[in-house]
Amino acid sequence: MTESTGGIDFEDEDASGVIKKFMFVNRKAPYGTIYALESLEVVLISAAFDQDVSLAFLDDGVYQIVKGQHTKAIAMKNFSPTYRALEGYDIEKLYVEKESLDQRGLTEDDLLVDVQVMSSAEMAKMMSEQDVVISF
Amino acid sequence: MLHIINKSPFENHTLDSCLRVALNEPGAALLLTEDAVYAASKGNVIESKIVDALGKVKVYALWPDIEARGMQDRVIEGIKMVDYGGFVDLVAEHSNCQSWL
Amino acid sequence: MASVELNGKTYETDEEGYLVNLGEWDEGIAAYLAEQEKVDMTESHWEVVNFLREYYNDYQIAPAIRVLTKAIGKKLGAEKGNSKYLYELFPYGPAKQACKIAGLPKPTGCI
Repeated sequence: MTESTGGIDFEDEDASGVIKKFMFVNRKAPYGTIYALESLEVVLISAAFDQDVSLAFLDDGVYQIVKGQHTKAIAMKNFSPTYRALEGYDIEKLYVEKESLDQRGLTEDDLLVDVQVMSSAEMAKMMSEQDVVISF
Repeated sequence: MLHIINKSPFENHTLDSCLRVALNEPGAALLLTEDAVYAASKGNVIESKIVDALGKVKVYALWPDIEARGMQDRVIEGIKMVDYGGFVDLVAEHSNCQSWL
Repeated sequence: MASVELNGKTYETDEEGYLVNLGEWDEGIAAYLAEQEKVDMTESHWEVVNFLREYYNDYQIAPAIRVLTKAIGKKLGAEKGNSKYLYELFPYGPAKQACKIAGLPKPTGCI
């Protein structure tokens, strides 16, 4: 049942050593709500469990990783540099939907981390291949 | 993948984003719950998007939420109604699911 | 909220003794915090503390221990990039003790 339910399988007591594909979907801009920061914290913690973790950025979520964020004057922590730490956590699968970039007049060069830009169709395929998809 | 939406399409663009992705995926299903069930109703500016989606993926709506909002006589043809048990079945039938925020 | 008075300066700390304002950090408060942790600061200790401050400055987080050992190995040499080395320097948990001395917030999910 582990592979068919798609959820986290609490019943399987011998689950240690099973590597699942986790995708965190980010669709919110960084400072207006807490979603982006919460997602990032969950991602960092998930790295400790040696799972196959990927991040997807769609819609306003792409604004989380644009270059040049300076938050001093709004008195909030600028957590954008933390996305560059993900590589050190062995989280290297960052996917960005091209349509979301296009809608916002952004390109890959505007982003502060190396990402894989893909179409909606490719994103759909990535999502459908996951064991667990958590949306923020 | 089962895609679950729970916000009104008049409030935000989640339905658009979900459809943009999900309509590419053979075997995708969309389940409308809570305020998202307004998207299951006829005679509004969202209807054509749902009708278009119905040609490509399965669309479900949670009946208790439809009824609670008085939308029962306006449901777009082709949308399948599920109760809470049916909701659970849908989650179990699909290999994975995503609750869009 | 607690605070520490040192050489005429006041440093705010949280209930676990972590410095509240990263910007207030200096070597004086570091030495004081080390003393509280019963850590005798040598050049090797400072090396790790300074590495952590640099890491935080770059990425705005305190690294998880696994990430810390890997990054230290890369920067300071393989013989230092292991948890044994770091635990010898900071016996009560390198992330916890060294982060506190470095004035960093308690790392997420650390030991």
